[in-house]
Amino acid sequence: MIPKFTNRLAVAVAGLALAATVGAQPLDGTLKKIKETGSITLGTRIASVPFNYLDDNNKQAGFSWEIAQHVVEQVKKDLKLVKLDVKAIELTPQTRIPLVANQTVDLECSSTTNNLERQNQVSFSNTFFVVGARLLVRKNSGIKHWSDLVGKNVVVSAGTTAERILRQLNEQNKWGINIILAKDINENFLTVETGRAVAAMQDDIILYSNIARAKNPADWQVVGIPQHKEAYACMLRKGDAAFKKVVDGVIAGMMKSGEFEKLYNKYYLKPIAVKGGVTINFPMPPDMEELIKNPNDRPL
Amino acid sequence: MQYSWDWFVFFKPSVTGDGPYGLMLLRGLGWTILLSLLAWILAFGIALAAGVARTLPGRLPRFAAATYVHCFRNVPLLVQLFLWYFVVPELLPVSWGNAIKQMNPTTNQFLTVLVGLTLYTAAKAAEQVRAGIDSLPVSQKQAAMALGLGTAAAYRHVILPQALRIVIPPMTSDFLNVFKNSAVALTIGLMELTGQTRQLSEFSAHPFEAFIAATLVYMLITYGVIVLMRQIELRTRVPGLLGSR
Repeated sequence: MIPKFTNRLAVAVAGLALAATVGAQPLDGTLKKIKETGSITLGTRIASVPFNYLDDNNKQAGFSWEIAQHVVEQVKKDLKLVKLDVKAIELTPQTRIPLVANQTVDLECSSTTNNLERQNQVSFSNTFFVVGARLLVRKNSGIKHWSDLVGKNVVVSAGTTAERILRQLNEQNKWGINIILAKDINENFLTVETGRAVAAMQDDIILYSNIARAKNPADWQVVGIPQHKEAYACMLRKGDAAFKKVVDGVIAGMMKSGEFEKLYNKYYLKPIAVKGGVTINFPMPPDMEELIKNPNDRPL
Repeated sequence: MQYSWDWFVFFKPSVTGDGPYGLMLLRGLGWTILLSLLAWILAFGIALAAGVARTLPGRLPRFAAATYVHCFRNVPLLVQLFLWYFVVPELLPVSWGNAIKQMNPTTNQFLTVLVGLTLYTAAKAAEQVRAGIDSLPVSQKQAAMALGLGTAAAYRHVILPQALRIVIPPMTSDFLNVFKNSAVALTIGLMELTGQTRQLSEFSAHPFEAFIAATLVYMLITYGVIVLMRQIELRTRVPGLLGSR
């Protein structure tokens, strides 16, 4: 075994040396797989409005979905492929990390937070959205600030950063909040709508999207200063520098060319094809304006 | 596959500041066991009553028990739980509904799952009881009656002792299913074993370790149940009846 291994190593080293001298980048990882199979697998979500969802015509749509489409175009161009099949696999928040880590999914762009724990398993592209956790309350609830929550029931989606922050705030300030865990963002809203909780804590953009889809949007408002900033980014397999460069390049390019802002307006300021046409109406936050000037892949 | 394994994750402090991740699993295990055992005890009682009722001569108890069994056995547990948690409080008078919704959330979730899981399990187990009773020859009941026993006494002394012994093996499956079905509690926010496993996997980004650990724990629990039921089966054997040598 040992001589064989040494042989292989020698070949590998020679190959590397050759590549280095020629100066060409040999394909590996995701790009190699895409070239060999002629297909790319995207992870999709069905109800992460307006990032990635099925619209009223039952077609995939969304801000992040379109970013992924730009990546697909770029990969096709870079690899000089005549035809590139796009396969879509539906993911849930629980399945997305394992399926990217085990290489079933090549690229996942939806509403996934880039954080250090996850970086153990996967890599993240440049950030394309910045959110902060806030509160959704009924306008007549009398709740204006975080401190108004003392002793009340508050709902938060299980396993999210919002849950983590709420537990810490509750502990530090001795607020005595009863934390109710919801399994997803729709149930989260249902819990506050049916009066089980006085407030729902989530990423601000998700709250605005819930209000837009509510039966009576005028009843609801978002309050409380944003608690913790988070960066949404595309997820890809760990340590694949070549593919990450492509995805990063696409996002930075869109930010530079003004296409990013156009896409932002399309999904956050204009009507989208959900529930017969709703408008989320979420003006671009200052953090995002900063991001466009200075694209980066830092978790916040 | 590119996955960084870390089996020590269970000893690392949780990002929520609630102690190590392993403790999260233990807390979840506590809820799973408490919920499942209580649900099984209650379900067994209801199943006995409903199963017997389905074999009684009277039309009313037969009809009532059949309606109950059909409604609860034929609707998915997840749907039932959703109805109990989100719909039922809205159908009650407003003050009752509000009283339910303003309860301590954990108590409320626990009681809701307990009701849902018990009624679902009992409906299935009632069918086992009925099948056990139906499997006895009619002559058993006739002989009991001929000896002067009333319906109640015939069931108590002749029919049920035989029927219940017969249904121990299928009942074992139902008992196992309670533990596995109790995982639906996570859909309304009660963090039992599966719920805590998902939390662990989200917070630590070590999903495989978390779910492998949960699988082993579930296997241990179910194996324990199998051993227990086997013991009960052996101890209650009657010479000359089914299953004895």
